[in-house]
Amino acid sequence: MGDAAALYWRLVGAQVRGAWQYRLSFAALTVGSTLATVLDLLAIVVIFEQAESLAGWTFDEVLLLYAATAVPFGIADLFVSPVEDTWEHVRLGVFDRYLIRPAGAFAQVCGDGFQLRRAGRIVQPLAALGLAVSRVDARWSGGRALFLVLTVAAGTAIYGAIWALTASGAFWATEAREVANSFTYGGGFLAQYPLDVVTGSLRRLTLIVPLAFVNYLPVTWLLGRPDALGLPAWAPFLAPAVAAALCAAAALAWRAGVRHYRGAGS
Amino acid sequence: MTGPAAIEVRDVTKEFVVRRRVGRVRRERVVVRAVDSLSLSVRPGEMVGYIGPNGAGKSTLIKILTGILLPTAGTVRVAGLDPQRHRVATARRVGVVFGQRSQLWWDLPLADSFDLLRSVYRVPAARHRANLDAFVDLLDLGPFLGTPVRQLSLGQRMRGEITAALLHDPAVVYLDEPTIGLDVVSKARVREFLARVNTERGVTVVLTTHDLDDVERLCSRLVVVDRGRLVYDGTVEDVKARYAPDRTLVVDLEPGAPPPPGAVRSDGPRHWIPFRRDETTAAAIVATLAGLRDLTVEEPGIEEVVRRMYRDEARR
Amino acid sequence: MRLGSFGGGSFGDSFLPYWQVARRSFQRYATYRGATAAGVFTNTLFGFMKVAVLLAVYRQAAGPGGRIGAFDETDVVTFTFVSQGLLTTMGAYVGMQLAERIRSGDVVADLYRPLHFPGYWLAHDLGRAGYQLLARGLPPVLIGALVFTYRLPPDGRAAAAFALSLGLAALVSFAIRYLVILSGFWVVDVRGPWSLTGFVLMFFAGLIVPLNFFPAWLDRLARMTPFPALVQTPIEIFLGKAPGGAAAALAYQAVWAAALLALAERVTRRAFRKVVVHGG
Repeated sequence: MGDAAALYWRLVGAQVRGAWQYRLSFAALTVGSTLATVLDLLAIVVIFEQAESLAGWTFDEVLLLYAATAVPFGIADLFVSPVEDTWEHVRLGVFDRYLIRPAGAFAQVCGDGFQLRRAGRIVQPLAALGLAVSRVDARWSGGRALFLVLTVAAGTAIYGAIWALTASGAFWATEAREVANSFTYGGGFLAQYPLDVVTGSLRRLTLIVPLAFVNYLPVTWLLGRPDALGLPAWAPFLAPAVAAALCAAAALAWRAGVRHYRGAGS
Repeated sequence: MTGPAAIEVRDVTKEFVVRRRVGRVRRERVVVRAVDSLSLSVRPGEMVGYIGPNGAGKSTLIKILTGILLPTAGTVRVAGLDPQRHRVATARRVGVVFGQRSQLWWDLPLADSFDLLRSVYRVPAARHRANLDAFVDLLDLGPFLGTPVRQLSLGQRMRGEITAALLHDPAVVYLDEPTIGLDVVSKARVREFLARVNTERGVTVVLTTHDLDDVERLCSRLVVVDRGRLVYDGTVEDVKARYAPDRTLVVDLEPGAPPPPGAVRSDGPRHWIPFRRDETTAAAIVATLAGLRDLTVEEPGIEEVVRRMYRDEARR
Repeated sequence: MRLGSFGGGSFGDSFLPYWQVARRSFQRYATYRGATAAGVFTNTLFGFMKVAVLLAVYRQAAGPGGRIGAFDETDVVTFTFVSQGLLTTMGAYVGMQLAERIRSGDVVADLYRPLHFPGYWLAHDLGRAGYQLLARGLPPVLIGALVFTYRLPPDGRAAAAFALSLGLAALVSFAIRYLVILSGFWVVDVRGPWSLTGFVLMFFAGLIVPLNFFPAWLDRLARMTPFPALVQTPIEIFLGKAPGGAAAALAYQAVWAAALLALAERVTRRAFRKVVVHGG
């Protein structure tokens, strides 16, 4: 396991060094990534131009909700989203190269696909998080601050697992990439808004694809709001367990996927 | 060479399920046997030429040997390990060059690829350094070590790929079309390098190629497959004896000398005398000739030999 | 968001008349059935999610039957699903083979071909747009119609105006993407300008939220750009709520289409001059 991590970081280093050769391009792309997140925030701002509150949530509260998903999403995007490249690798028949080598394919794919510019997607949400924390009345304390940090950590693991799980589909259905996107990017989008807005079935879906545990449940707890899912009060504290379970599922799915790929050929 | 086989393939079969369109809408399931009950044993240090027409299942078997593909039936052992169950352990003892697909990092300088591979294969720094220096020297990689791989010419890239496959001192190396598209000079360099690595380091080499010159110059043993089945497994010389026993002695005699017995064609002083390898030798015929000025021996090249082999197979 | 796939195909089409080029492109995109189905799934799902959020805004801001700008709830629902349908057709992330050809330098060969370079690529893109309008435009709209009620065009003239508007939108969309990709002749990595344009395009075309939600000054700013012509304007014509009337909206689109295509022509010539002088 430690070897896989060491290899991962070496591959990351090689990518970063390579990208650094084209500094101008790197800078432009990082700015682009940062702007992408600004668009999401802009949508919320524009919406609140029209309405005082959204399903009972004030702007500051929605800002906290938004940041509590955008930060973990951005971190997972930086470290795990390269697994999406599997779709391309399998389609073009170059995935074999990873199996030739004496190392796990997952770490290799993520390492090879690392792009430092994606870190731009964390910048604005972090600022938004800071702003939201300062403006929202959540009876902040050391414990609650720790809770928030753990929430972000669990959220990162959940998004990472969703990425890995959906990318495993590449081994079975090479054309279904956009379905995977609807879970990863779609999930990231849906979590930006209070679940009170969406209907029952979509709401319950966020328990299966556990988006509710990323930000909605923890934030409702912090704010002392009733949650639209009607879960018991300790539900938000399940987030780390949910994250761990999802990561295990993702690992199984990936392994099964590779095994299927090796059986069926390309 | 004694000891356990470097590669042991027993009754390996690989079936693929292909969906073919029948008519406009319906699809039928067809089972294709890419490899059909193939058995093969390669001793350590052998250099084996592995040839067959397109679609014969060559790449499929290579993929099975490397663990990329799982066989439908049969057992495989490479360097004593089962690539199916122990992909990672096997991968450490094996090197591969896919002529068509690169193993190197496309956007990075060649030297960076070598360095990354050191981490991938966990090669001790000193050994890696020694190997790299030796290969850089033998293949003349120095001038373009700093060039990004995508900017290299095909010949340069192939030399890089072969180096990459050997840096970690593998016991077995698979070369899939390593000289494809190379110019004459690069081909010669690569062949010389392979011969050297095989003799000096005892690396077992399986060479898949359509260039039969490669086989003739490098390989002591030839394995021929067609439609997933083993068609021939033996030495190059034996192949020629079996499929191309016919040779022609072309002699230049003194002007005015009569055509020798057995000559089927004459053009001035030059005469063509066909004979069979298993019946006599060129030397024996020459001994009967008077006024010999010059001679050559013509025989079917390995291309023609293999062509005859495929034809025979097709008839079956 | 990542760059869309560039679609396959050889450059042997370059000797065919433009109609054939478009048809070939249409057929090529039609072969990606699995990807199209997957894309429809995503677009539709996003449609439902966006509608949920926007309706919540309406309930809050305008009350039932209220309006935001010129739109009421039915308008917003219609807008959301139709815009999701148009996303791929007019959207920012459909790349062209062209970007790859410029990057690899293969495009130099096109200098010597007897074709009108931008014309060829326009035909190619229109073939794609035609297919995606049908295959990815209709399904989300139809699926949304199962759950919600739409506002449909008031009469035949409005419907015809909408059809014309879509055509003009496709032209504007092509011109914008073409110009950005052509910057590849001058800029080493076109991905930077590409994603930047993509974001701005998405926002001002109304693909994030309808322009009616913008504060007045932002709305005015947006309409000074060509981006609303891609999605906002056609749907406004569809709903019969184009500010200033359908004719003015069509004129707005036509003017931008003409201007951008003319610009594309000039930039193309400039690019080829550069290649000839500098040798690719």
